[in-house]
Amino acid sequence: MSNRTDRGGLSRRGFLKGAGVAAATTALLDRSVEALAQENKESRSVVGPGAVAITLKVNGQHKDFQIEPSATLAEVLRVHADMTGTKIVCDRGSCSACTVWIDGKTVCSCMTLAMDARGREIKTIEGLAQGEHLHPVQEQFIEHDAMQCGFCTPGMIMSCANLLERNKQPTLDDVKQACSGNLCRCGTYPRVFEATLAAAKQMKGGNGNA
Amino acid sequence: MPDAQISDKSPAAAPVPEKPPIPQAAAPKSGGEKPETESNMYPVGIAGVDIHQSRRDVPEGEPPPLAINDQLKSIGKPTPRVDGRAKVTGAAKYTADVKLPGMLYARMLTSPHPHAKIKSIDTSAAEKAPGVKAIHLLDHTFGMAQEKGEEGNKYPLVRFAGQPFAAVAADTQQHADNAARMINVDYEILPFVTDIEKAKQNDAPLVFAGQAEQKGTAGGGGGPAGLSQSGNVRGPAKGGNKQDGGIDDAFKDADVVVETEYHTSVQTHCALETHGFVADWKPDLLTVWASTQGTGSVRDELAAVFNLPKSKVRVITEYMGGGFGAKFGASNPGVLATHLSKKAGAPVRLMCDRKEEHLGTGNRPSSNQKYKIGAKKDGKLVAIQCTNYGTAGVGTGAGATAVAQNIYPCPAIYTEDYDVFTHAGPAAAFRAPGHPQAAFGFEQSIDELAEKLGIDPLALREVIDQSEARSVERKIGAEKIGWSNRKPAGSDAGPVKRGIGMAQAIWYRSSNRDSHCEVRITQDGSVELLSGVQDIGSGIRTVLAQVVAEELGLKPSDITIKIGDTSYPNGPGSGGSVTTNSITPVARDAAWKVKQEMLKQIAPKLGARADDLTLADGKVASKSDPSKGMSFKAAAAKLDTEQIAARAQRVQDYPVTEDQQQQQPQLAEGGGQRRRGRRGAGSGGLGGVQFVQVAVDTDTGVIKVEKVVAVHDCGRPMNPLTLTSQINGGIIQGLSYALFENRILDRNTGLMVNPNLEQYKIAGAKEMPEIEPIVIEQYWGRSSTDAAGIGEPATVPTAAAIGNAVYNAIGVRVRQTPMTPAAVLAALAQKDSSNGRSA
Repeated sequence: MSNRTDRGGLSRRGFLKGAGVAAATTALLDRSVEALAQENKESRSVVGPGAVAITLKVNGQHKDFQIEPSATLAEVLRVHADMTGTKIVCDRGSCSACTVWIDGKTVCSCMTLAMDARGREIKTIEGLAQGEHLHPVQEQFIEHDAMQCGFCTPGMIMSCANLLERNKQPTLDDVKQACSGNLCRCGTYPRVFEATLAAAKQMKGGNGNA
Repeated sequence: MPDAQISDKSPAAAPVPEKPPIPQAAAPKSGGEKPETESNMYPVGIAGVDIHQSRRDVPEGEPPPLAINDQLKSIGKPTPRVDGRAKVTGAAKYTADVKLPGMLYARMLTSPHPHAKIKSIDTSAAEKAPGVKAIHLLDHTFGMAQEKGEEGNKYPLVRFAGQPFAAVAADTQQHADNAARMINVDYEILPFVTDIEKAKQNDAPLVFAGQAEQKGTAGGGGGPAGLSQSGNVRGPAKGGNKQDGGIDDAFKDADVVVETEYHTSVQTHCALETHGFVADWKPDLLTVWASTQGTGSVRDELAAVFNLPKSKVRVITEYMGGGFGAKFGASNPGVLATHLSKKAGAPVRLMCDRKEEHLGTGNRPSSNQKYKIGAKKDGKLVAIQCTNYGTAGVGTGAGATAVAQNIYPCPAIYTEDYDVFTHAGPAAAFRAPGHPQAAFGFEQSIDELAEKLGIDPLALREVIDQSEARSVERKIGAEKIGWSNRKPAGSDAGPVKRGIGMAQAIWYRSSNRDSHCEVRITQDGSVELLSGVQDIGSGIRTVLAQVVAEELGLKPSDITIKIGDTSYPNGPGSGGSVTTNSITPVARDAAWKVKQEMLKQIAPKLGARADDLTLADGKVASKSDPSKGMSFKAAAAKLDTEQIAARAQRVQDYPVTEDQQQQQPQLAEGGGQRRRGRRGAGSGGLGGVQFVQVAVDTDTGVIKVEKVVAVHDCGRPMNPLTLTSQINGGIIQGLSYALFENRILDRNTGLMVNPNLEQYKIAGAKEMPEIEPIVIEQYWGRSSTDAAGIGEPATVPTAAAIGNAVYNAIGVRVRQTPMTPAAVLAALAQKDSSNGRSA
């Protein structure tokens, strides 16, 4: 991989870090190809090194940042936006703790350059509840104790809530599939399954807000 | 026994004992009694089996006996976490999330070589790198064994790849990362050994040339001091009742003898939040946010290293992302962060990265256990011998004989544990140190003995196991898993074969007297509890709210719990499953004391006697005249001062008489049930029995765990919801250990080949079996809450139970963890070849 000059100035940090990582390769290539196409369309000029100004739309709000072009979305959310609900655990796309939604799809924000998230709708754990009103998945995570230390919880919830966006009547296997990339070391998975299935039921009953 | 249990399936179905006992304070014994104790009757026994009243002489000022859970409002009821909302919204602040004004970011420098002498370190380029504010070099590496006489060297000797010895602080993480790479180190590379068998040989490179020792932490771990050392082999640490000889003779009485061998891999902790600290050095106070299991342990180590009074060190752990035994003390990252903050005059955040976490912050040592077990025809044990060699890398504490020593009484027990030093990262306490590996070997060996005796494994345990709790647990579990339908080993037709197995846990009911808290009631009606104790994910924050709510007649959500800060009264470290046992009696004692004060002040205002008043359902009421009463909030408003408060400290476990111990052996302190206590307040045994159903594909070697029934005891269950979450977690870690986890070191380079979370495989959603956690309700009358912990016993027997189930499925033992497809196929091939068939 050459860097910077021939590719819009973007240091492919995520790509370099993840290249050769079997588990993450497919998703990674998808994103990289997509991102490359986007960049080529937008500009071939060199960006960085040094901070550049970008605007991201996070939880419906436009926010301006001065960031290194190599910064991942996870870093920008946590360090620049002070939104620390999104966790960094492996920093290479193998644990899903950093899961956010981009244009309605789950992505690992540690594998996504912030630059690539420009012009997209980013949703983080902080934006899932509507004001004081928790998302049904959040409510049921509390009710079913689908957390222990809680460090995987935001990513886990983003994966499970996203499933319910796509599938209103998930089976147990659907839930397992949806959070199959989310690692939990405390071993809370059975409660995550219960909570998500309960949330699906709650949303079907019309009590949900999503 | 359906009414003896709390199942997560029906948490509301509280057990109903045949004769609900109503504890009553008995009159103090007259004459000859020490004046500072009083005598009360306490419920003792297992709910649904037998609960009777037993007398205890308890320190004066202890609250009255607590009724069994069935008669309580908050304690024992499934209670969602009080901090659940913070965790599901991302609002919970972990150490990794702390950001202070002017905070710098740090990166450690670690050795790329497994064994090397550092000749020089040149930091000049790094110092000039963009954003760099401070660099610190360590002359000493924390968290590993120390060789005598090695103090005072300029640089530490590198003994494992990943050993940290320096760190850089800069304005951004990227600048710190870059600058750490610019530190120039001149290494003299030395020969190394990472393979345990090679390390045992006489000509192996020495990890420590002289005697090396490592202290354990509050979480356990570490080996005994003063053992002999020969080459890289340290030990033996002897155990059992035949340490002075005679074990060979004991086997002469045996009708049947089995000899077995089991091997377990090195497991790393993989807490999702890595070890990390934010240190803020100020001249009059060092404040440190720490991802720790013991706020006090971090304070103590930093105070010692920096020669500060403990009162000048404040450690905060609001939330922490998992520890599992490895997070005690400041260790290298905490000490480095503090040095950097002192040098830079700014707060410094140092979080280990994932690779550093795997390499240098702890692991569960390997084991190679050889057993010889002798028994009579009826199953009675006559002799147990175990020799274990394990490696804790550059640490000590690879013992794996505790289960053989402690779980079943036997007239002749002799064990030897040897630590083999290798050039690998140091072990640390890991959820039930020594026990999952020991159970994997010993509980499978007991099944092998049962087979040789021609006795059902469950029936054999009825003969050899004296634990009342485990006996009850076996009955419940056997029914749930369908033990009576269990088929002979390897008898399924077709390539996918199912099997059922079980194994038992032993753990130690222990507590820490250095457990304090304060409970405050303020005139606005608010109630708060303060303690240094930290919630590591087990849910102690919620349990403390339940305890205070119970005593004050409020709801758990009415109580504000302020913990995880050494500014508050000392809390216990959360290791050894001691937290609930240590701190809940203290919370109850303090809440009871402050309640007495409140009632004393309110009584005249109600025209009642204080001892006639109760607090229940959010009200103060007179027992004799129901017309006299008011809400808790109104009563608080009438307090004489703005705030009243009470402090309490953990008292010793209530003593029991020898007669009582004989009637209920699990009441005994120590005895066969060892616990190296740290300022312990008493101990006894905990049990736990797990049953597992597996399906093994004999074509591919893949083991699928289909179902786990786990029946456990931990005294009085405090919060069945979080309790069963911990049991799930123990099982899942045990499953992961049994099937997947293996720290692989390349013997040619000494480097870990899988220091990440995709090649170091831990169990994920797809591998989850159906799990049924069940908790029996047991009372000992040993403290004001009679609660104990569950974190460790829940993970002790899982791998062993899976091993026994795999044997039942395929008729061949897989004598190692992880039981990978390759290991299964190899075991099957060996069986085929020994049967004279081609593999």
